[in-house]
Amino acid sequence: MIRVTRKVEFSAAHFYNNPNLSAEENRRVFGKCNNPHGHGHNYVLEVTIAGEPDPATGMVLDLKELKDLLQEEVVERMDHKNLNYEVPELAGKIPTCENIAAVIWGLLEPKIMKGRLDRVRLYESPDLFADCTAEASGTGRRG
Amino acid sequence: MKISLTRRYRFAASHRLHSAKLSEEENRRMYGKCNSPYGHGHNYVVEVTMGGLVDASTGMITNLGELDPFVEREVIEAFDYKYLNEDVEEFRTVVPTTENVCREIYRRLEKYPGARLERVRIEETGKNSFEYEGAGA
Repeated sequence: MIRVTRKVEFSAAHFYNNPNLSAEENRRVFGKCNNPHGHGHNYVLEVTIAGEPDPATGMVLDLKELKDLLQEEVVERMDHKNLNYEVPELAGKIPTCENIAAVIWGLLEPKIMKGRLDRVRLYESPDLFADCTAEASGTGRRG
Repeated sequence: MKISLTRRYRFAASHRLHSAKLSEEENRRMYGKCNSPYGHGHNYVVEVTMGGLVDASTGMITNLGELDPFVEREVIEAFDYKYLNEDVEEFRTVVPTTENVCREIYRRLEKYPGARLERVRIEETGKNSFEYEGAGA
């Protein structure tokens, strides 16, 4: 089995607020991330596909297709957007690194036709990232 | 699909690789220049990976407002700008290789109440890294 990773970047704004908590609780739990004016990050996304290389092409998948998929599903959806207001998939969710990574997993997983989605790693900064990884034992297209 | 969160921390420390179980000659052969009695140092980078469920009310596996001070107190304050062999109690009897530093940091962070520790990964330099996922892994 071979793993292939493609990296892409996007820049976006967000802030953290849970409407079920009081203003005071929100400030306590989320600290400076609770500033309603928002703040931003240069996100770096690494997407890893696992599979066997096709004997005819020597490739697990066509990286151009993966590049186009990441552009369409992630960059066009999230780049230079406010994640709290402009990304419907994140509506009702606090746009933490964990939640954004999980949404990206959900967007990409059904669209990977060759190989299978193995890992989505989203860096919010060089010192903080979330990983979504395929479960060790699964069913379906895994193998 | 499972989710984890990884945070990177840094500390600078000196150490000397020397085993009481080996002779002077064997120590020199085994550890080479790392056996110098004057010690040497590194800028260590520690990656701490936490797993578990994402809390629906915060969207987080763990709140960095809790994790950062915990790691600061348990690891960084104890290791940063220290001579590991003398200043960290555990390394008076255990050789402070980065393998053992991984295990010691794992032991200290395992008791973190806010999430489940999955992995400690240390870059001793930009070229060497070590990972520990606990005794069961």
